[in-house]
Amino acid sequence: MLRSLSVDSLMPYAGVVLLILGGSFFFPQVLSADYLSQQLQIAAFLGLLATGATIVILLGHIDLSVPWVLTGAAILSTALVGSGNPVLSALAVPAALAFGALIGVINGLGVAILRIPSMVWTLAVNSMLLGLAVLNTGGFNPKGESSPLMIAMASGDLLGLPVSFLIWIALSAALAWFLTRTPFGRYLRSIGFNEKATFLSGVSTPSVVFAAFAIAGMCSALGGVMLAGYANQAYQSMGDPFLLPTIAAVVIGGTSILGGRGGLFGTVGGALFITLLTSILSVMQIDDAWRNIIFGTIILIMLLFQTLRKGAVA
Amino acid sequence: MADYMKSNRREVIAGVVLVALLATYLGTHPRGASTYVMTIWANQCLILGLAACAQFFAVVVRGIDLSVGAVMALTNCVASYLLDGSAAGIASGMVAVVIVGALCGLLNGLIIVFGRIQPIVVTLATASVFVGLALLLRPTPGGAVNYDLADAVTLDVLGIPTALVITLVIVAGFWLPFRRTGLGLGLYALGSSEQAAFQSGINTRFIRLAAFTLAGLFGGLAGLFYSFVTTTGDAGIAAGFTLNSIAAVVLGGVLLRGGVGSLIGALAGAFILKTIASLMFFSGIPSLAQPLFEGLILAAAIAIGGADVLRARNKLEVFS
Repeated sequence: MLRSLSVDSLMPYAGVVLLILGGSFFFPQVLSADYLSQQLQIAAFLGLLATGATIVILLGHIDLSVPWVLTGAAILSTALVGSGNPVLSALAVPAALAFGALIGVINGLGVAILRIPSMVWTLAVNSMLLGLAVLNTGGFNPKGESSPLMIAMASGDLLGLPVSFLIWIALSAALAWFLTRTPFGRYLRSIGFNEKATFLSGVSTPSVVFAAFAIAGMCSALGGVMLAGYANQAYQSMGDPFLLPTIAAVVIGGTSILGGRGGLFGTVGGALFITLLTSILSVMQIDDAWRNIIFGTIILIMLLFQTLRKGAVA
Repeated sequence: MADYMKSNRREVIAGVVLVALLATYLGTHPRGASTYVMTIWANQCLILGLAACAQFFAVVVRGIDLSVGAVMALTNCVASYLLDGSAAGIASGMVAVVIVGALCGLLNGLIIVFGRIQPIVVTLATASVFVGLALLLRPTPGGAVNYDLADAVTLDVLGIPTALVITLVIVAGFWLPFRRTGLGLGLYALGSSEQAAFQSGINTRFIRLAAFTLAGLFGGLAGLFYSFVTTTGDAGIAAGFTLNSIAAVVLGGVLLRGGVGSLIGALAGAFILKTIASLMFFSGIPSLAQPLFEGLILAAAIAIGGADVLRARNKLEVFS
């Protein structure tokens, strides 16, 4: 466990503290419990997606199908609830998760069996899902509603903490245990370092790839279900704004985009940092243009800091 | 000839597919192979084609450029200020637009080379900055581009669409001589094996900087041509072009692991992608089903490209 607590993964947490202190200097309400708990609630949506993305990135791949897996899961779950049939509404969340896993398996098929670069294959899967969604909903916002369960998952409170945050942390902790304590986790990292060597040591690399993409798909689907619960509806392209911040959260958390190195602890910090940064920039009523510029610059500075620190050590 | 086909197998396949698609398109189009139809088709293709060229230069050195669309958006917004007025003003404006693109690429390259950060992450962050700058220039779409010039660039010369003439100039006037220069060969050397390139005395830093600068320059050209087609500046065009440019280079036979492919392939890939989209429009497939079919065709095309795996004689060959 100590190994995963590298300086890189602690950096986003330091960033979060700096943001809160800096923000409170201008806006005292940043320190209020309401504001902070709301940030935790919102960070969970990005965080769940980033959790899935971390697994795939550790493997040395990337999943660009996140936006429409998320949207598809949201459309599917709200449509099932909207049907009015109690059995179907009860199935809404499991069905959405199964959908995410299925897409993950399709992603894995292209990457592990057909050996297509994940960046391209998941992009193609994403555009097929977009096509399916358009065909299914006629290009309009899909009809349907969220079940009480979905709303509770997204907006509920438990022991003073947002339920969405608790779900996110519980899932991250479980997966982090899985990654550090089971053979699966070791295989995942070693494929990220060197797939050929891993295969030659007798690991069934395709099944690890399949499992990783399926887990990532389920994380994206869970994020979609909870976002639908948060907005009480599904809408077209609801996932598009999440793709790049998700990757940014993973990388800021110290996970190498080349695979093999990193972990979920850093990703949690990365998602918190990005959510807080976005939120504080909008509280400060900075316009869209400057928000983009500051966002990009801060991410670059954090990344430069990571590599420069390594340069000093080496 | 047979040797040429064999050594350029990927480009030849892409070319054949493109010709077949184009023939189908012109055959199904209600107005047939008129100059008008060809011009509109060629304009759409060339916008993505230039974006794919930009992506090609990043991919061939084993990188990727997620800021292609953002550079286009920024240069498009710059163009919407500079491409109106006196002839001399417009001429220097066009140069300025392309220079802005090249500077964006140079910035990417500097951070990648001296910051030692992966290209995918660097360009993800700089894309956000470039879109921000574009939004500063044009918070809402607007501006104007000289209509006479726009017409001259986007219509036809003696019945041949100007966009196709531009494509030909890029291939024959730039790419074919360029790939024989030290820099052109260096791109392939660096993409195939950085270590081998370095040990052969190639200045890998310079080559990588040059590759990303060229990527930015072509992003700028794409933004410039986009401005001529739309005659306005719009900061919101980034997202679609970046992802499509990646799909285009892959369709054109450029390998994402670097060192394989050519600018001709990238252009062909972009033309294929746009022709598929245009084909859909007249194909009689219900309009709601079209995005799905586009996605299916894209996936099928990429999967067929991946069928090389089936020819591997040894299971270890597939890990590369």
